[in-house]
This record gives sequence, structure tokens and C-alpha cells, in this order.
Amino acid sequence: MSLSDLGWRGRARAFRGIVWRETLRFLRQRERFFAALVRPLVWLFIFAAGFRAVLGLSITPPYVTYVLYEVYITPGLVAMIQLFNGMQSSLSMVYDRETGAMRTLLVSPFPRWFLLLSKLLAGVAVSILQVYAFLAIAWAWGIRWPASGFFTVFPALVLSGMMLGAIGLLLSSTIRQLENFAGVMNFVIFPMFFASTALYPLWRLRESSTLLHDIAAANPFTHATELIRFALYGQVNLFALGFVVGATLVFMGLAIYAYDPSKGLIGRRRR
Amino acid sequence: MTEALSVRGVSHSFGATRALDDVSLTVEEGAFVALLGVNGAGKTTLFSLVTRLYDNITGEIRVFGHDLRRNPGPALAELGVVFQSRALDGDLTVAQNLSYHAALHGLPRRVARERSDAALAAVGLEPQRGKRVAALSGGQQRRAEIARALLHQPRLLLLDEPTVGLDVKSRREVVRLVRALGRDTGVGVLWATHLFDEIEDDDEVVLLHRGRVLETGRARAIAGERGLAESFLAMTGIEREMLTP
Repeated sequence: MSLSDLGWRGRARAFRGIVWRETLRFLRQRERFFAALVRPLVWLFIFAAGFRAVLGLSITPPYVTYVLYEVYITPGLVAMIQLFNGMQSSLSMVYDRETGAMRTLLVSPFPRWFLLLSKLLAGVAVSILQVYAFLAIAWAWGIRWPASGFFTVFPALVLSGMMLGAIGLLLSSTIRQLENFAGVMNFVIFPMFFASTALYPLWRLRESSTLLHDIAAANPFTHATELIRFALYGQVNLFALGFVVGATLVFMGLAIYAYDPSKGLIGRRRR
Repeated sequence: MTEALSVRGVSHSFGATRALDDVSLTVEEGAFVALLGVNGAGKTTLFSLVTRLYDNITGEIRVFGHDLRRNPGPALAELGVVFQSRALDGDLTVAQNLSYHAALHGLPRRVARERSDAALAAVGLEPQRGKRVAALSGGQQRRAEIARALLHQPRLLLLDEPTVGLDVKSRREVVRLVRALGRDTGVGVLWATHLFDEIEDDDEVVLLHRGRVLETGRARAIAGERGLAESFLAMTGIEREMLTP
């Protein structure tokens, strides 16, 4: 008998190992950490400051007073960090597949769904590190939300991180090579971000285009943003919560299907 | 004797291309079996099926009696794999790569450390444990991969052309190392290769060509009077030029 421990303790160790590796890789790539921080900060410091006067926002929940534009876009920028991170994790999956590291993961004796879920959660952990660094800077910059929001936002970050990570995972299963990934970034990240409530509320979108409004309302990223926005104020947006949980299950299910050796895309491919 | 690996009637296609056609082979516990075939013979496809990267569409694969499709966990737990393409994380150190692998097999930290020490000693890489993998030579990386494959103490090692891309000296070292490991630890070995000089007279050989098993038996018997390379050419009907590495 080999020494492999296939019980729950062994699984816990495998999970820890996968999270440890992702964190280690992340810490080794410092540029990635700074890039992940600089992107939302540019939006916050420059874009939001510039648009403060142009964009008037009415009072919509969870806000009870008029808020500055910086305050409005902060949750959207948090979701953006997680969106980029989800895509970056999937980029690393494509990279792992090209370099063969993915094989190491997939020949582990644990079920594939467990390995993929662990990988997903490891990515979420990394994204949450980035989000808290961003929130701390935003707070220091003078942007305010209830201080308890630092805690109440946590479960929302786990859920939204999982949904965006699952989308990335699904994408990674369908991408053959790293080069194709740039296109996906353009066709996934930007449309998702701009056609959402990250930068402007839904009612504003409706004023300019009903179609755009409908697209944004159906966009999973909108619901991740709203879930985070409400959670930051200690509230639960039930519709967003249901949408995010449902979308996570669907995307994760599809990703596991795609990585399943008997049905999935890997099996049909010759390397 | 127990069968470490049993492959029965396995076929696999990529679209219209039949990569494996009704392949059967056995590796007895502790035996050294060479899977001999030129590039494109189907060796890597067979390895991908045995390691469950692809599903076995038809036929049956068992590892120490565990059906790979019905009971993949215990089957994969008994396998140590060295893939043809390098599969170590170049950014991490040798020790970190081994820890990661140990975690993927659910090994407790203490056991992982002990096993890492033992496996690195077995492949002669103790001084390199703290070095980044990217800083190692090709031969050292291969040895590190062998150490990793041995970490969870599998009873069967699968090596897919492990000497590809190595210089002559490193190649010889890797072959000698794996044979010694087989003798000393009793681990069974399935060694895929297209190089005749890696095969010894007493080795069990499975000759794979265009997805089919052409011959199975002792290397000495297959070689006959003509030698292994000539017999191989006669059986497969391929040009001599295709044999150059």
C-alpha cells in the first residue's frame, strides 16, 4: 500500500497544500500583487475624482444619503479585483496545463471536483488578500463605509470570488493556448465590467438604453457587485445573493464537467 | 504474483485517428517492463489513460486490482508518474515541489519531510533541496521528478520517455537510477522509450506500433539473433532513419 491518505484528513492536507502553493506563487510574483492594486486605485484616484462632478447619483439602497462617486464605485472596484483575479487564476491553469503542472494536480488520487474546488478556493483566498489591501488604502484615502463593513463584506467576497473564479475555471478548460487568453480578457473582462452596476446604477443605464439595462441586469458581475455593496453596509441583497450562488453552481458544474476525463474537453484533446 | 498493472483491450481515438487499438499488457509487481515504440506509437496516450488524464473509452485498466474507472482514488494512490513533459514548478524550490506533491497525496507534514529526505537521498539530490527548480540542470530536474514520483511510496512507477532531452551522461544516470530503485525497493516500473540501448536482455518488452501491441516477451527472445533494433525494424516495417533519437 502506498502512504497516500484518502480520508478526510488527507483531503484537508491536499486542500491546504493547494492554497499554500497558490499563495506562494502569488507572493513570488510581486508585480502581480501591485498590478492588482494599482488598477482599481487608478480608477478610484483619477477616474472617480474626474467624474465626481459629472455623474449625479440619486439615493439608492444601501445608501441613505447622497454619496460621492468614489464611494459608489468602491464595491465595483472590489469586484473588479476579484474578476481580474479569477481570470488570472484561470490563466495560471492554462499555464499549468501547458507546462504539465496540471497533470501533477490531476493525477492526485482525490476526486477531480475536489481538486478543482480547492484550486478555486485558493484563488479566492488570494483575491481576498488583494481586496483587503485595496479597502485599507481606500479607507486611508478618506472613503467611508461602516467600519463593521470590513467584517460583513467577507462572506460576500468568498461568494463573489467563487463565482468569478468558476467563470475563469470554465474559460480555462476551453482555452487551448495561452495566446488565446488575451482575446478572452477583452471579450470577457471589459464587457462584464462596463455592462454592470460597477460604475453606474441600473436606473442610469435604463435612461440611456433599455437593452444595455437588460444586459447589465443579467450580468453575473452586476450581482457580485451589488452583493458586495450591500455587505459593505451590513446588509444582504437577497436577489444578488441568490443570483451569485446560482451562477456559481452553474459555472462550477460546467467547469467540473469540462475537466471530467470521461466527458470533458481535455479527454478529446491530444497534447 | 500480483499484477501491478493490467491493461485489457484498451482503445482510444482522437476524432478519426485511432491512437490505441485493442491494447493489452501486464506489469507484474516489482517487474521492469519497457514499452517500446517510436514517436506516435501511442505510448503517451496509453500513459494518459493509465493516469486517468483521458478516460479509457473501451476496455479495462486495473492498478493492483483497482478498476481505474470505478475506483480511481486507490488506483492513482499506487502510481508514481514521471511525465514526458516537465511537470515541476520552476519558481518553487525542490523541497517546495515535493511538499506540494506530498499534500496532493494527503501525507502528514512529518511523513512528507521524512519521505522527501529519503526520496532525495535515493536520487542523490539532497544538496539541491533548497534550490529553485529552474536553476537545476535537465538531468537534475528529471531526478527531482523521480523523487517526487516516489514520495508517497507507490508500488508502480510510470515513466514516459524520461530521458528525452538529456545528454548521454544524464541519460545513463537516470536509467541506472530507476533500475536500482526497482531492485532495492521492489517498485514495479513501466518505462516508455524509443531507445533500444535503454533495454536490457532480461527486460520484459511490450512493442507498441501505430497503437497496436505487436509483440510481448523478454527482450532477448524478441531480439533473437538479429538484435533488438533489427527485429524491431522487421516487425514494424519502418525505415531505419526513424530510429534516430
